[in-house]
Amino acid sequence: MNKIKILTNGFIKENPTLVLVLGTCPSLAVTTSIFNALGMGMATTFVLLMSNALISLLKNVIPDKVRIPSYILVIATFVSIVDLVIQGFVPALSASLGIFIPLIVVNCIVLGRAEAFASKNTVFDSMLDGIGMGIGFTIAITIIAFFRELLGSGTLFGQTIIPFDGILIFVLAPGAFIVFGFTIAAVRWLQNRNK
Amino acid sequence: MGKKESSLLKLIISLTLITCVAAVALSVVYMVTKKPIEQSQQSNKNNAITKVLPDFKGDIKTQKVLLEGDKDSVTVYVAYQNGKFYGAAVETYTDKAYSGTFSIMVGFDAKGNIVETEVIQANETPGLGDKIDKAKSDFPLQFKGKNPGKFNLKVKKDGGEVDAITAATISSRAFCDAIQRAYNSFLTIKENKNEQN
Repeated sequence: MNKIKILTNGFIKENPTLVLVLGTCPSLAVTTSIFNALGMGMATTFVLLMSNALISLLKNVIPDKVRIPSYILVIATFVSIVDLVIQGFVPALSASLGIFIPLIVVNCIVLGRAEAFASKNTVFDSMLDGIGMGIGFTIAITIIAFFRELLGSGTLFGQTIIPFDGILIFVLAPGAFIVFGFTIAAVRWLQNRNK
Repeated sequence: MGKKESSLLKLIISLTLITCVAAVALSVVYMVTKKPIEQSQQSNKNNAITKVLPDFKGDIKTQKVLLEGDKDSVTVYVAYQNGKFYGAAVETYTDKAYSGTFSIMVGFDAKGNIVETEVIQANETPGLGDKIDKAKSDFPLQFKGKNPGKFNLKVKKDGGEVDAITAATISSRAFCDAIQRAYNSFLTIKENKNEQN
């Protein structure tokens, strides 16, 4: 039961994007289409899983004073691996996400979970936390991308759903903030109602 | 965690070790992905060439041209069909774009008429400047079949013959600039060839 709680913690209760409000940069930047959001979500989930696991494994070896640089190094290594693999095997995703894959390094969710969870818990629990947080992040940005793509271009997964030109503002940065805000409000409302 | 003795030496050793392991892991992944990355870049390029010279089947020779006064060189893919000069696909760029630079591929036939254009990389404003892509608007189609030698490659506002995109004059000007650069490079290559023959 406890293990399941660790896994599902990131889905809604402590959703990294919508409740902890971490990692807003990718949440705003790559949510112009569902394809991008899913790709970004999966890449981040992989990095979270691997870095949480390794940092938890090394937590007794890394001296306290240099823990942050060590965490960043571990995270940066996994991000570079993901970046190279995506460039090599999913070039379409690499073309549309571009600079935002390398920028996962500075995504606060990854460092935040390393510091707040993986450095204090067992390897298995940390892996569960990584997967849970990753899925929570993916769900959150996919919801934002769903509305932005539908309202902004009238498409979903590139397929036309509503045949119109789209409301331009939802494709641009202000639309990202608007949808982001409404999504957070909706989650808060749901949480309060269930209390 | 606080109990550990953390002398300077220990800090240095642990950081060095982590860095070394990271370096080894990265070099392994780099070696594994090097080939697929090169292949995908090559196939992207080939796709773009086929798109701007749709009827072409033959050999490609790659040449770089640096025009006077330009910062970056332009890549010209000279196309030969059955040993004869067929035309060229020019990978050109502009630094006058609304957001920095963008690069496009322009196909020319042997006489220098524009066959087709294709956006390779651009960050123009969605909904406005991104209409330089023929998937989004008819703007690039007006260049089809035109020869920049006779066709005045400037937007109408500047006294030329190009219909600019509404509310995206800067992007339209930049597009003309990129095509002009492509044409100049194409001419340079062609002149060199004539001298050789």
